[in-house]
Amino acid sequence: MSETTTAKHVSFLEYKGKYKGILGWIFSTDHKRVGLLYLYTMLVFFSIAAILGLLMKIQLIAPGYTIMGPQTYNSMFTVHGIIMIFIIVVPGLPAVFGNFFLPLMIGAKDVAFPRLNLASWWIYIIGILVVLSSQFLGGWPDTGWTFYAPYSFRTPANVLPALFGAFILGFSSILTGINFVVTIHRMRAPGMTWLKMPLFPWTLYATAWIQVLATPVIGITLLLTVMERVLGVGVFDPALGGDPILYQHLFWIYSHPAVYIMILPGMGAISEILPVFSRKSIYGYKAIVLSSLAIAFVGYFVWGHHMFTSGMSGRALYAFSFLTFLVAIPSAIKVFNWVATIHKGSLNLQTPFYWATSFIFVFMIGGLTGLVLGSLATNVHVHDTHFVVAHFHFIVFGGTGYAFMAALHYWFPKMFGRMYDASWANIGWATFFGGFLTLYLPMFALGLQGMPRRYYDYLPEFHTGNIISSLGAILMIAGALIVITNLVRSSRHGEKVTGKNPWGGRTLEWESDTPPTLENWDEIPKVTEGPYDYK
Amino acid sequence: MILGASTFVEGVDNAFIFILGISFFFLIGITLTMIIFIYRYNQKRNPKATQVKDSVTLELTWTIIPLILVLGMFYYGYVGWIPMKSPPDEGIEVTANARMWSFNFRYENGRVSDKLYVPVDTAIIVNLNALDVLHSFYIPAFRIKEDMVPGLPGNRTWFQATKTGTFTIFCSEYCGLQHSYMISEVVVMEQDEFWEWYEDPDAMVPVIPDDANLALLGRQVVERNGCLACHSLDGSTLIGPTFAGKFGETITVITDGQERQIVYDEEYVIRSIYDPDYDITLGFRPGQMLSYEGEITEQEVELIIEFLKSLNE
Repeated sequence: MSETTTAKHVSFLEYKGKYKGILGWIFSTDHKRVGLLYLYTMLVFFSIAAILGLLMKIQLIAPGYTIMGPQTYNSMFTVHGIIMIFIIVVPGLPAVFGNFFLPLMIGAKDVAFPRLNLASWWIYIIGILVVLSSQFLGGWPDTGWTFYAPYSFRTPANVLPALFGAFILGFSSILTGINFVVTIHRMRAPGMTWLKMPLFPWTLYATAWIQVLATPVIGITLLLTVMERVLGVGVFDPALGGDPILYQHLFWIYSHPAVYIMILPGMGAISEILPVFSRKSIYGYKAIVLSSLAIAFVGYFVWGHHMFTSGMSGRALYAFSFLTFLVAIPSAIKVFNWVATIHKGSLNLQTPFYWATSFIFVFMIGGLTGLVLGSLATNVHVHDTHFVVAHFHFIVFGGTGYAFMAALHYWFPKMFGRMYDASWANIGWATFFGGFLTLYLPMFALGLQGMPRRYYDYLPEFHTGNIISSLGAILMIAGALIVITNLVRSSRHGEKVTGKNPWGGRTLEWESDTPPTLENWDEIPKVTEGPYDYK
Repeated sequence: MILGASTFVEGVDNAFIFILGISFFFLIGITLTMIIFIYRYNQKRNPKATQVKDSVTLELTWTIIPLILVLGMFYYGYVGWIPMKSPPDEGIEVTANARMWSFNFRYENGRVSDKLYVPVDTAIIVNLNALDVLHSFYIPAFRIKEDMVPGLPGNRTWFQATKTGTFTIFCSEYCGLQHSYMISEVVVMEQDEFWEWYEDPDAMVPVIPDDANLALLGRQVVERNGCLACHSLDGSTLIGPTFAGKFGETITVITDGQERQIVYDEEYVIRSIYDPDYDITLGFRPGQMLSYEGEITEQEVELIIEFLKSLNE
């Protein structure tokens, strides 16, 4: 590595390696560039899927035909779900902030396998292309992102290539997971014992294990689907003697742990941000670590709560309901610890802090409505209704999305060496937050009233809730537009950050240059204190 | 809460009230605490943070209290739900058939209806049967929902209505293009009113008086079997070709991949009902309709033909 010496104190953004221009990015094994590649890819696809969501809400503003027919609508919620789940929130925080900050936070020069890391991004891009092409080649897709059998076997948009795409994306996820596990085990800076490791790496660690252990189930499902489609062995399709409920089991054995892949790193990011803006160490460090591991573990055994009305046997159902309630506890512990962290702090009310505290609020709503869904009697009534749609948007978009935005604002100066415009960032946050609540809260009421999900049209009694919700969607998209425009603009023209550490953070990443150099450190730092030692 | 009209409502709504009550308490409590902290410990008012040591007692308190509360929630959920899984031995048995995108209900005496007619205060056991893809049988006012799974025999649900009136039945499992129109009704009647309906000899198609309006009876067959979800009566194009003004015309169809001209006659109608993929009208997709063999009798098909003829007038 002869470049090391010349690369000194040149930021990774300006560093010139073997390739120039865009090639210098897409062939770069630098963990920071790989992280930003994921960020840009996600920004593009998030925008597409968000616009699809907005169009759906406009369609629902009045009963009957508003701006599109049912086939278009069904395609839109399918593509919206596939993009948001498989391309945005599953890779989500680990792919962007995990790649960028894991080595910085534990004092390493890069992840354990930098080439594999770049390969993960390429596999991700290939996976995106396969998933999307499979959905468009056989006519417009209309299966929903869950591809439930046997409907998904009957439509021209074949489930087989779609699963194949999810399988490829899964490989990207598995490889990132392995990379992070090895990095965390082997590459922590001298003196950083397990219990001196910051919480974001801890949640990445828990997440990485889920990625490695749960994702292969998608591969098994794919294999069984191939057996069915090619060899005619009845596995899922009742027309061949198969069992459609088996498909749901396999789907959720992966996709439920995937929910924890989505939310755990978000919890980690929030646990980083609150101490910094409270000037106070995190309350209950060990409790947060343990609860993260507990969520990762128990999360494997609760998939059946997606299937309370599927026709599964009763005894299995109450076991699943019981375990679902148990998994609520570690999340509750985290919320209490976060609130205790800001108690007696000296609160610096900056944009990341607003995103983080509003995260706690929306995450509580998501979590508490999850209790309604975990209980058998109440689940039966609201299962497959708008209540569920509201619940998972509060968790996945409210939880993961808010944590993502909090993390992006928090680490923005470190990533780009420039500061975002604070007043626009706050206006954007407030607009988004207001729009978000107006969009999703009425959906709980609609669900309790009995409006099923994936509904192109509805009875007149559901009109009021839908009008409010649609107006909220417009407000929220306006907020998102302000936030994204501000960040994109500031990444080029924002005020330059002087010094390494604009927020006064105590974790290691703030001791590297801003923005960091190619290999992060001239000398690997030595760790003597815990991660949040405010005095 | 919302309208409730079955014996399950009380148990389910109790669970709702218990869970939502505790949830609101914690949501409001924690949110207010946060807001007070944000005000009280703002940098301007509190320039120096006070470091606080972790307290195991506090950690245990906020682990154990929520644990007890969620176990209570589990209990209420279980108690409200177990009656749904315990149908009584005695009751009226109805078979609900779902297909894209309609329900019909077959009674033990052979009566078939597109709406579910039931007597009040009587246990109704519904055998759930799906003919093509997954559907779900959802009556919000009764708090019941159960998926209808093709190829899963013995799947059933039950209810006992406590009020007379008409309540909506939704399909709540996504089943394709017209999913949001797959709606029916359950009509809860007084006992004697129901039995009168149930044994109504006019509804038993086999005996058709000479002076009966055959076209009208045909229309009833069409409505009962949900044909109108896909075939319009006003000439507009839905999933399948319209019924309006076609009988006796020459139409273009695709048979075995070959385009051909045929006359829309009685033979064509019979074939289209029992073997729908044999001739596909130009511009439409195959594989959308299932055979109605065993569902619609030959006599009923004759009535449908009368009805189709009447649409030309």
